[in-house]
Amino acid sequence: MKTKKHWYDYLWILSLTYLILGFFNILFAWLGLLCFFIPLIISLVNGSKAYCNKYCGRGQLFSIIGGNLGLSRKKSVPKWMKSKYFRYGFLIFFFAMFFVMLWNTYLVFAQAKDLSTAVTLLWTFKLPWQWAYHGTLFSPWVAQFAFGFYSVMLTSTVLGLVTMILFKPRSWCVYCPMGTMTQLICKAKNVTKSQK
Amino acid sequence: MIRKKAKVGTDECVACGCCVKVCPRNAISIFKGIYAEVDKNLCVGCGKCAKECPASVIILEEAV
Repeated sequence: MKTKKHWYDYLWILSLTYLILGFFNILFAWLGLLCFFIPLIISLVNGSKAYCNKYCGRGQLFSIIGGNLGLSRKKSVPKWMKSKYFRYGFLIFFFAMFFVMLWNTYLVFAQAKDLSTAVTLLWTFKLPWQWAYHGTLFSPWVAQFAFGFYSVMLTSTVLGLVTMILFKPRSWCVYCPMGTMTQLICKAKNVTKSQK
Repeated sequence: MIRKKAKVGTDECVACGCCVKVCPRNAISIFKGIYAEVDKNLCVGCGKCAKECPASVIILEEAV
């Protein structure tokens, strides 16, 4: 075991806090955008996966629950799960679902739809979540986005927990859409650089 | 004496960096965010990285 701990080894606390806050006030879900923009900016500017490698609190959480607490079978993921087809396919699917979520936010913004105070788990199950909604602070679409974004975050956490138990603790990293995307950006950056 | 060293299947590597974190000798780095790279001079073949790798793409191989 390596001894020296860095400040960023504790970022799992933030990830856990984020999930808990969503049970109290859904508007905190907006903070999750940081987990989208920071890795993207790091890969675009720096050409590295420093986010995955160091800062990802969710990865740390899985490695604590699955590794330290032992809630994992620690088996290899099936071959198809690490194939490019599945990884890129999941990325595309994830994006498509993300745009559906943005579209729903737009419909509420355009007053074509009423705010739905539900969290959609695994893109299918609508969980009533009105207890975390305390009235419209800004505009209904702000809350709609929060519900939608929290759905994305909770769904991916649940998937990550399932594969953590079935396979190795950080199996989520194998098909994490952000990880796949930042790796693609790094690959693209490297190709353009070597052509110069 | 046979010495084993870690070898990364770079094509399937997702560059998550789990191996970097567990390596007791700091022998692994992530090459430009694309794949993990093992410094064969530092690797002692302990196998911690292979065990940790979520994609199971690291194997221990006899070093040439």
